[in-house]
Amino acid sequence: MIEISPWVIFFASIFTNNMIFSNFLGMCSFISVSNEIPTSLGLGQAVTFVLTFTTMLNYLIYHYILVPLGLEYLRFIIFIITIAAFVQLIEMLVERYFTNLYYTLGIFLPLITVNCVILAVSLFMVIRNYTFLQSVGFAIGSGIGWTLAIAAMAGAKQRIKNNKLPKGLEGAGITLIITGLMALAFVGFSGIVQIQ
Amino acid sequence: MDKKRVKQIFKSGIWDDNPVFRQVIGICSSLAVTNLLMSSLIMGLALTFVTAFSELTISIIRKFTPKHIRMVVQVLIISAFVIIVDIFLKAYYPEMSKALGPYVGLIITNCIIMGRCEAFAQSNPPISSFLDGIASGLGYTMVLLMIAFIRELMGFGSIFGIQLLGNWWTRWTIMVMPPSAFFIMGVIFWWARSKTEKKEEKKEGGKVTA
Repeated sequence: MIEISPWVIFFASIFTNNMIFSNFLGMCSFISVSNEIPTSLGLGQAVTFVLTFTTMLNYLIYHYILVPLGLEYLRFIIFIITIAAFVQLIEMLVERYFTNLYYTLGIFLPLITVNCVILAVSLFMVIRNYTFLQSVGFAIGSGIGWTLAIAAMAGAKQRIKNNKLPKGLEGAGITLIITGLMALAFVGFSGIVQIQ
Repeated sequence: MDKKRVKQIFKSGIWDDNPVFRQVIGICSSLAVTNLLMSSLIMGLALTFVTAFSELTISIIRKFTPKHIRMVVQVLIISAFVIIVDIFLKAYYPEMSKALGPYVGLIITNCIIMGRCEAFAQSNPPISSFLDGIASGLGYTMVLLMIAFIRELMGFGSIFGIQLLGNWWTRWTIMVMPPSAFFIMGVIFWWARSKTEKKEEKKEGGKVTA
Protein backbone atom coordinates (compact mmCIF):
# COMPACT_ATOMS: atom_id res chain seq x y z
CA MET A 1 0.00 0.00 0.00
CA ILE A 2 1.57 3.28 -1.12
CA GLU A 3 0.95 6.27 1.08
CA ILE A 4 -1.54 8.54 -0.63
CA SER A 5 -2.35 11.88 0.87
CA PRO A 6 -5.89 12.06 2.30
CA TRP A 7 -6.46 15.15 0.13
CA VAL A 8 -5.77 13.18 -3.02
CA ILE A 9 -8.22 10.53 -1.91
CA PHE A 10 -10.74 13.23 -1.09
CA PHE A 11 -10.64 14.76 -4.57
CA ALA A 12 -10.36 11.43 -6.32
CA SER A 13 -13.49 10.15 -4.64
CA ILE A 14 -15.40 13.21 -5.81
CA PHE A 15 -14.27 13.24 -9.43
CA THR A 16 -12.48 10.16 -10.69
CA ASN A 17 -13.91 7.51 -8.41
CA ASN A 18 -17.35 8.98 -7.94
CA MET A 19 -19.55 6.54 -6.07
CA ILE A 20 -22.36 6.69 -8.60
CA PHE A 21 -20.57 7.22 -11.88
CA SER A 22 -17.80 4.71 -11.48
CA ASN A 23 -18.97 2.37 -8.74
CA PHE A 24 -22.75 2.30 -9.31
CA LEU A 25 -23.45 2.67 -5.63
CA GLY A 26 -26.50 4.25 -4.05
CA MET A 27 -28.51 3.90 -7.25
CA CYS A 28 -31.84 3.14 -5.56
CA SER A 29 -32.27 6.46 -3.83
CA PHE A 30 -30.46 8.15 -6.70
CA ILE A 31 -33.24 7.12 -9.06
CA SER A 32 -36.21 7.59 -6.78
CA VAL A 33 -35.34 10.73 -4.79
CA SER A 34 -33.82 12.85 -7.55
CA ASN A 35 -36.93 14.78 -8.57
CA GLU A 36 -36.28 18.14 -6.96
CA ILE A 37 -33.01 19.91 -6.25
CA PRO A 38 -33.73 20.94 -2.61
CA THR A 39 -34.82 17.44 -1.63
CA SER A 40 -31.84 15.81 -3.23
CA LEU A 41 -29.46 18.31 -1.63
CA GLY A 42 -31.02 17.49 1.73
CA LEU A 43 -30.56 13.80 1.20
CA GLY A 44 -27.00 14.40 0.03
CA GLN A 45 -26.16 16.32 3.19
CA ALA A 46 -27.64 13.63 5.38
CA VAL A 47 -25.70 10.95 3.51
CA THR A 48 -22.42 12.85 3.80
CA PHE A 49 -22.92 13.41 7.50
CA VAL A 50 -23.80 9.81 8.32
CA LEU A 51 -21.11 8.52 5.99
CA THR A 52 -18.34 10.47 7.69
CA PHE A 53 -19.21 9.42 11.20
CA THR A 54 -20.04 5.79 10.52
CA THR A 55 -16.79 5.36 8.61
CA MET A 56 -14.83 6.71 11.56
CA LEU A 57 -16.72 4.45 13.97
CA ASN A 58 -16.30 1.43 11.72
CA TYR A 59 -12.60 2.13 11.31
CA LEU A 60 -12.09 2.19 15.07
CA ILE A 61 -14.25 -0.88 15.64
CA TYR A 62 -12.57 -2.85 12.89
CA HIS A 63 -8.98 -2.06 13.79
CA TYR A 64 -9.25 -2.00 17.57
CA ILE A 65 -11.86 -4.67 18.25
CA LEU A 66 -12.34 -7.05 15.34
CA VAL A 67 -8.73 -7.45 14.19
CA PRO A 68 -7.24 -8.14 17.64
CA LEU A 69 -9.95 -10.71 18.28
CA GLY A 70 -9.54 -12.32 14.84
CA LEU A 71 -13.18 -11.76 13.97
CA GLU A 72 -12.71 -10.02 10.62
CA TYR A 73 -15.27 -12.22 8.92
CA LEU A 74 -17.98 -10.74 11.12
CA ARG A 75 -17.39 -7.29 9.66
CA PHE A 76 -20.51 -7.26 7.47
CA ILE A 77 -22.81 -7.75 10.42
CA ILE A 78 -20.90 -5.38 12.69
CA PHE A 79 -20.75 -2.60 10.09
CA ILE A 80 -24.43 -2.79 9.29
CA ILE A 81 -25.33 -2.78 12.98
CA THR A 82 -23.11 0.25 13.60
CA ILE A 83 -24.75 2.08 10.72
CA ALA A 84 -28.29 1.22 11.78
CA ALA A 85 -27.61 2.11 15.40
CA PHE A 86 -25.94 5.39 14.49
CA VAL A 87 -28.77 6.42 12.22
CA GLN A 88 -31.31 5.59 14.90
CA LEU A 89 -29.39 7.56 17.50
CA ILE A 90 -29.05 10.59 15.26
CA GLU A 91 -32.71 10.47 14.42
CA MET A 92 -33.66 10.52 18.10
CA LEU A 93 -31.21 13.32 18.91
CA VAL A 94 -32.30 15.47 16.01
CA GLU A 95 -35.96 14.96 16.79
CA ARG A 96 -35.42 15.91 20.41
CA TYR A 97 -33.12 18.90 20.10
CA PHE A 98 -33.30 20.31 16.57
CA THR A 99 -36.92 20.19 15.56
CA ASN A 100 -36.43 22.39 12.49
CA LEU A 101 -33.62 20.26 11.20
CA TYR A 102 -35.74 17.19 11.81
CA TYR A 103 -38.31 18.30 9.29
CA THR A 104 -35.72 18.91 6.59
CA LEU A 105 -33.27 16.07 7.24
CA GLY A 106 -35.20 13.70 9.46
CA ILE A 107 -37.34 12.19 6.76
CA PHE A 108 -34.25 10.97 4.94
CA LEU A 109 -32.61 9.26 7.86
CA PRO A 110 -34.47 5.92 7.68
CA LEU A 111 -33.67 5.78 3.96
CA ILE A 112 -29.99 6.02 4.69
CA THR A 113 -29.59 2.74 6.54
CA VAL A 114 -30.15 0.82 3.35
CA ASN A 115 -28.16 3.18 1.15
CA CYS A 116 -25.38 1.10 -0.34
CA VAL A 117 -22.88 3.97 -0.31
CA ILE A 118 -22.59 3.94 3.46
CA LEU A 119 -21.73 0.28 3.76
CA ALA A 120 -19.59 0.38 0.62
CA VAL A 121 -17.28 3.09 1.96
CA SER A 122 -16.63 1.03 5.08
CA LEU A 123 -15.93 -2.06 3.01
CA PHE A 124 -13.65 -0.25 0.56
CA MET A 125 -11.77 1.20 3.51
CA VAL A 126 -11.04 -2.31 4.79
CA ILE A 127 -10.12 -3.74 1.39
CA ARG A 128 -7.82 -0.85 0.46
CA ASN A 129 -6.13 -0.75 3.89
CA TYR A 130 -6.70 2.95 4.44
CA THR A 131 -5.32 4.74 7.47
CA PHE A 132 -7.67 6.73 9.67
CA LEU A 133 -7.12 10.06 7.92
CA GLN A 134 -7.35 8.47 4.49
CA SER A 135 -10.66 6.88 5.47
CA VAL A 136 -12.02 10.21 6.64
CA GLY A 137 -10.97 11.90 3.39
CA PHE A 138 -12.49 9.07 1.41
CA ALA A 139 -15.76 9.21 3.34
CA ILE A 140 -16.23 12.98 3.06
CA GLY A 141 -15.23 12.93 -0.61
CA SER A 142 -17.60 10.11 -1.43
CA GLY A 143 -20.43 11.90 0.33
CA ILE A 144 -19.81 15.13 -1.54
CA GLY A 145 -19.42 13.29 -4.83
CA TRP A 146 -22.72 11.52 -4.27
CA THR A 147 -24.46 14.81 -3.40
CA LEU A 148 -23.03 16.39 -6.53
CA ALA A 149 -24.33 13.55 -8.67
CA ILE A 150 -27.82 13.49 -7.21
CA ALA A 151 -28.18 17.28 -7.35
CA ALA A 152 -27.05 17.35 -10.98
CA MET A 153 -29.49 14.58 -11.78
CA ALA A 154 -32.34 16.46 -10.10
CA GLY A 155 -31.49 19.53 -12.17
CA ALA A 156 -31.51 17.56 -15.40
CA LYS A 157 -34.79 15.90 -14.50
CA GLN A 158 -36.49 19.19 -13.72
CA ARG A 159 -35.45 20.45 -17.11
CA ILE A 160 -36.98 17.58 -19.04
CA LYS A 161 -40.08 17.29 -16.86
CA ASN A 162 -42.48 18.61 -19.48
CA ASN A 163 -40.84 17.10 -22.53
CA LYS A 164 -42.43 14.24 -24.37
CA LEU A 165 -40.67 10.89 -24.13
CA PRO A 166 -41.35 7.47 -25.59
CA LYS A 167 -43.70 5.72 -23.20
CA GLY A 168 -41.37 2.94 -22.14
CA LEU A 169 -38.49 5.29 -21.49
CA GLU A 170 -40.25 7.39 -18.85
CA GLY A 171 -39.03 7.23 -15.27
CA ALA A 172 -36.12 4.91 -14.63
CA GLY A 173 -35.15 4.42 -18.28
CA ILE A 174 -34.39 8.05 -19.03
CA THR A 175 -32.76 8.51 -15.63
CA LEU A 176 -30.30 5.75 -16.43
CA ILE A 177 -29.49 7.18 -19.83
CA ILE A 178 -28.88 10.66 -18.40
CA THR A 179 -26.69 9.09 -15.73
CA GLY A 180 -24.75 7.38 -18.50
CA LEU A 181 -24.14 10.72 -20.21
CA MET A 182 -22.99 12.29 -16.96
CA ALA A 183 -20.76 9.33 -16.25
CA LEU A 184 -19.23 9.80 -19.67
CA ALA A 185 -18.39 13.37 -18.73
CA PHE A 186 -16.83 12.20 -15.48
CA VAL A 187 -14.66 9.72 -17.38
CA GLY A 188 -12.90 12.85 -18.61
CA PHE A 189 -11.51 13.40 -15.11
CA SER A 190 -10.07 9.94 -14.90
CA GLY A 191 -6.60 10.95 -16.09
CA ILE A 192 -5.98 13.23 -13.13
CA VAL A 193 -5.57 10.80 -10.26
CA GLN A 194 -6.34 7.15 -9.74
CA ILE A 195 -6.94 5.47 -6.46
CA GLN A 196 -7.39 1.81 -6.06
CA MET B 1 -48.46 -27.08 -3.12
CA ASP B 2 -49.62 -27.57 -6.66
CA LYS B 3 -47.74 -27.05 -9.87
CA LYS B 4 -49.80 -24.09 -10.89
CA ARG B 5 -48.68 -22.07 -7.88
CA VAL B 6 -45.02 -22.90 -8.54
CA LYS B 7 -45.39 -21.85 -12.14
CA GLN B 8 -47.08 -18.65 -11.14
CA ILE B 9 -44.34 -17.77 -8.63
CA PHE B 10 -41.63 -18.31 -11.20
CA LYS B 11 -43.45 -16.44 -13.92
CA SER B 12 -44.01 -13.41 -11.74
CA GLY B 13 -40.48 -13.44 -10.32
CA ILE B 14 -38.75 -13.71 -13.66
CA TRP B 15 -40.90 -11.60 -15.91
CA ASP B 16 -44.22 -10.16 -14.72
CA ASP B 17 -42.84 -8.78 -11.48
CA ASN B 18 -39.18 -8.81 -12.31
CA PRO B 19 -37.53 -6.96 -9.43
CA VAL B 20 -35.41 -4.86 -11.76
CA PHE B 21 -37.79 -3.96 -14.58
CA ARG B 22 -41.07 -3.68 -12.79
CA GLN B 23 -40.06 -2.55 -9.34
CA VAL B 24 -36.82 -0.70 -10.15
CA ILE B 25 -35.04 -2.02 -7.10
CA GLY B 26 -31.74 -3.72 -6.56
CA ILE B 27 -29.72 -2.21 -9.35
CA CYS B 28 -27.39 -0.63 -6.87
CA SER B 29 -24.29 -2.53 -5.92
CA SER B 30 -24.23 -4.89 -8.88
CA LEU B 31 -23.97 -3.05 -12.17
CA ALA B 32 -20.28 -2.77 -11.44
CA VAL B 33 -19.70 -6.47 -11.95
CA THR B 34 -21.41 -6.60 -15.35
CA ASN B 35 -18.33 -6.08 -17.49
CA LEU B 36 -17.65 -9.84 -17.48
CA LEU B 37 -20.24 -12.59 -17.87
CA MET B 38 -18.58 -14.87 -15.36
CA SER B 39 -18.58 -12.39 -12.51
CA SER B 40 -22.19 -11.44 -13.24
CA LEU B 41 -23.19 -15.07 -13.13
CA ILE B 42 -21.48 -15.62 -9.78
CA MET B 43 -22.98 -12.42 -8.41
CA GLY B 44 -26.44 -13.45 -9.59
CA LEU B 45 -26.15 -16.92 -8.10
CA ALA B 46 -24.86 -15.51 -4.82
CA LEU B 47 -27.81 -13.16 -4.67
CA THR B 48 -30.26 -15.96 -5.53
CA PHE B 49 -28.81 -18.09 -2.73
CA VAL B 50 -29.04 -15.31 -0.18
CA THR B 51 -32.55 -14.27 -1.21
CA ALA B 52 -33.91 -17.81 -1.20
CA PHE B 53 -32.47 -18.81 2.15
CA SER B 54 -33.25 -15.52 3.90
CA GLU B 55 -36.84 -15.74 2.70
CA LEU B 56 -37.02 -19.33 3.92
CA THR B 57 -35.66 -18.45 7.37
CA ILE B 58 -37.79 -15.36 7.75
CA SER B 59 -40.88 -17.24 6.67
CA ILE B 60 -40.19 -19.98 9.23
CA ILE B 61 -39.78 -17.56 12.12
CA ARG B 62 -42.39 -15.05 10.94
CA LYS B 63 -44.92 -16.09 13.56
CA PHE B 64 -42.58 -15.56 16.53
CA THR B 65 -40.91 -12.34 15.42
CA PRO B 66 -42.28 -9.24 17.14
CA LYS B 67 -43.50 -6.77 14.51
CA HIS B 68 -41.41 -3.77 15.51
CA ILE B 69 -38.03 -5.47 15.45
CA ARG B 70 -38.57 -7.47 12.29
CA MET B 71 -36.40 -5.18 10.14
CA VAL B 72 -33.39 -5.69 12.38
CA VAL B 73 -33.99 -9.43 12.42
CA GLN B 74 -34.18 -9.47 8.62
CA VAL B 75 -30.96 -7.53 8.22
CA LEU B 76 -29.15 -9.86 10.62
CA ILE B 77 -30.38 -12.98 8.82
CA ILE B 78 -29.40 -11.56 5.44
CA SER B 79 -25.93 -10.61 6.72
CA ALA B 80 -25.42 -14.09 8.10
CA PHE B 81 -26.09 -15.64 4.69
CA VAL B 82 -23.91 -13.08 2.95
CA ILE B 83 -21.06 -14.00 5.29
CA ILE B 84 -21.52 -17.65 4.28
CA VAL B 85 -21.30 -16.69 0.60
CA ASP B 86 -18.25 -14.54 1.24
CA ILE B 87 -16.38 -17.26 3.12
CA PHE B 88 -17.35 -19.85 0.50
CA LEU B 89 -16.05 -17.69 -2.36
CA LYS B 90 -12.83 -16.91 -0.49
CA ALA B 91 -12.21 -20.59 0.10
CA TYR B 92 -13.06 -22.05 -3.31
CA TYR B 93 -12.80 -19.17 -5.80
CA PRO B 94 -10.25 -16.77 -4.32
CA GLU B 95 -9.75 -14.98 -7.65
CA MET B 96 -13.44 -14.40 -8.13
CA SER B 97 -13.71 -13.19 -4.57
CA LYS B 98 -10.98 -10.65 -5.26
CA ALA B 99 -12.60 -9.51 -8.51
CA LEU B 100 -15.97 -8.99 -6.85
CA GLY B 101 -14.31 -7.15 -3.97
CA PRO B 102 -16.73 -5.27 -1.75
CA TYR B 103 -19.70 -6.09 -3.95
CA VAL B 104 -20.28 -9.42 -2.22
CA GLY B 105 -20.74 -7.62 1.08
CA LEU B 106 -23.02 -5.15 -0.60
CA ILE B 107 -25.55 -7.88 -1.29
CA ILE B 108 -26.78 -7.04 2.23
CA THR B 109 -27.98 -3.64 1.12
CA ASN B 110 -29.47 -4.94 -2.10
CA CYS B 111 -33.06 -3.83 -1.86
CA ILE B 112 -34.38 -6.94 -3.64
CA ILE B 113 -33.77 -9.15 -0.64
CA MET B 114 -35.34 -6.83 1.93
CA GLY B 115 -38.15 -6.08 -0.48
CA ARG B 116 -39.04 -9.71 -1.08
CA CYS B 117 -38.73 -10.55 2.63
CA GLU B 118 -41.14 -7.77 3.50
CA ALA B 119 -43.54 -8.30 0.64
CA PHE B 120 -43.59 -12.07 0.35
CA ALA B 121 -41.92 -14.02 3.15
CA GLN B 122 -43.77 -12.15 5.91
CA SER B 123 -47.11 -13.50 4.74
CA ASN B 124 -46.40 -16.81 2.98
CA PRO B 125 -45.44 -20.35 4.02
CA PRO B 126 -41.75 -21.36 3.94
CA ILE B 127 -41.65 -23.43 0.75
CA SER B 128 -43.32 -20.90 -1.50
CA SER B 129 -41.15 -18.17 0.04
CA PHE B 130 -38.06 -20.20 -0.79
CA LEU B 131 -39.24 -20.62 -4.39
CA ASP B 132 -40.09 -16.94 -4.61
CA GLY B 133 -36.55 -16.13 -3.52
CA ILE B 134 -35.15 -18.35 -6.26
CA ALA B 135 -37.47 -16.82 -8.84
CA SER B 136 -36.62 -13.21 -8.00
CA GLY B 137 -32.94 -14.08 -7.85
CA LEU B 138 -33.12 -15.66 -11.29
CA GLY B 139 -35.02 -12.69 -12.67
CA TYR B 140 -32.24 -10.47 -11.41
CA THR B 141 -29.50 -12.77 -12.71
CA MET B 142 -31.15 -12.69 -16.12
CA VAL B 143 -30.93 -8.90 -16.29
CA LEU B 144 -27.30 -8.94 -15.15
CA LEU B 145 -26.42 -11.54 -17.77
CA MET B 146 -28.15 -9.56 -20.52
CA ILE B 147 -26.06 -6.49 -19.73
CA ALA B 148 -22.87 -8.48 -19.26
CA PHE B 149 -23.39 -10.32 -22.55
CA ILE B 150 -23.44 -7.07 -24.54
CA ARG B 151 -20.59 -5.52 -22.58
CA GLU B 152 -18.28 -8.50 -22.74
CA LEU B 153 -18.99 -9.28 -26.39
CA MET B 154 -18.37 -5.72 -27.53
CA GLY B 155 -15.69 -4.79 -25.04
CA PHE B 156 -13.54 -7.91 -25.15
CA GLY B 157 -14.95 -9.84 -28.13
CA SER B 158 -15.49 -12.86 -25.91
CA ILE B 159 -18.21 -14.76 -24.07
CA PHE B 160 -17.45 -16.32 -20.67
CA GLY B 161 -13.80 -15.64 -21.42
CA ILE B 162 -13.81 -17.61 -24.70
CA GLN B 163 -12.64 -15.49 -27.61
CA LEU B 164 -15.40 -15.44 -30.22
CA LEU B 165 -14.70 -12.45 -32.38
CA GLY B 166 -11.30 -12.51 -34.05
CA ASN B 167 -8.74 -9.84 -34.64
CA TRP B 168 -10.95 -7.98 -37.11
CA TRP B 169 -13.14 -6.88 -34.25
CA THR B 170 -12.26 -3.46 -32.93
CA ARG B 171 -12.81 -3.58 -29.20
CA TRP B 172 -15.11 -0.94 -27.86
CA THR B 173 -13.24 0.48 -24.90
CA ILE B 174 -16.36 2.34 -23.82
CA MET B 175 -18.10 -0.97 -23.17
CA VAL B 176 -15.56 -1.82 -20.48
CA MET B 177 -16.04 1.53 -18.79
CA PRO B 178 -18.89 2.31 -16.38
CA PRO B 179 -21.04 4.63 -18.58
CA SER B 180 -21.94 1.83 -20.96
CA ALA B 181 -23.65 -0.12 -18.17
CA PHE B 182 -26.00 2.81 -17.63
CA PHE B 183 -26.80 3.09 -21.33
CA ILE B 184 -27.44 -0.61 -21.81
CA MET B 185 -29.50 -0.77 -18.65
CA GLY B 186 -31.59 2.18 -19.83
CA VAL B 187 -32.20 0.63 -23.22
CA ILE B 188 -33.08 -2.75 -21.71
CA PHE B 189 -35.53 -0.97 -19.44
CA TRP B 190 -37.08 0.72 -22.43
CA TRP B 191 -37.45 -2.55 -24.27
CA ALA B 192 -38.94 -4.40 -21.28
CA ARG B 193 -41.35 -1.60 -20.46
CA SER B 194 -42.68 -1.26 -23.98
CA LYS B 195 -43.09 -5.00 -24.19
CA THR B 196 -45.12 -5.30 -21.01
CA GLU B 197 -47.17 -2.27 -21.93
CA LYS B 198 -48.20 -3.82 -25.23
CA LYS B 199 -49.26 -6.93 -23.38
CA GLU B 200 -51.41 -4.90 -21.01
CA GLU B 201 -53.03 -3.12 -23.91
CA LYS B 202 -53.89 -6.42 -25.50
CA LYS B 203 -55.43 -7.62 -22.25
CA GLU B 204 -57.71 -4.63 -22.24
CA GLY B 205 -59.17 -5.82 -25.50
CA GLY B 206 -56.92 -3.96 -27.89
CA LYS B 207 -57.90 -0.59 -26.53
CA VAL B 208 -55.88 2.04 -28.31
CA THR B 209 -54.30 4.59 -26.03
CA ALA B 210 -53.67 8.03 -27.40
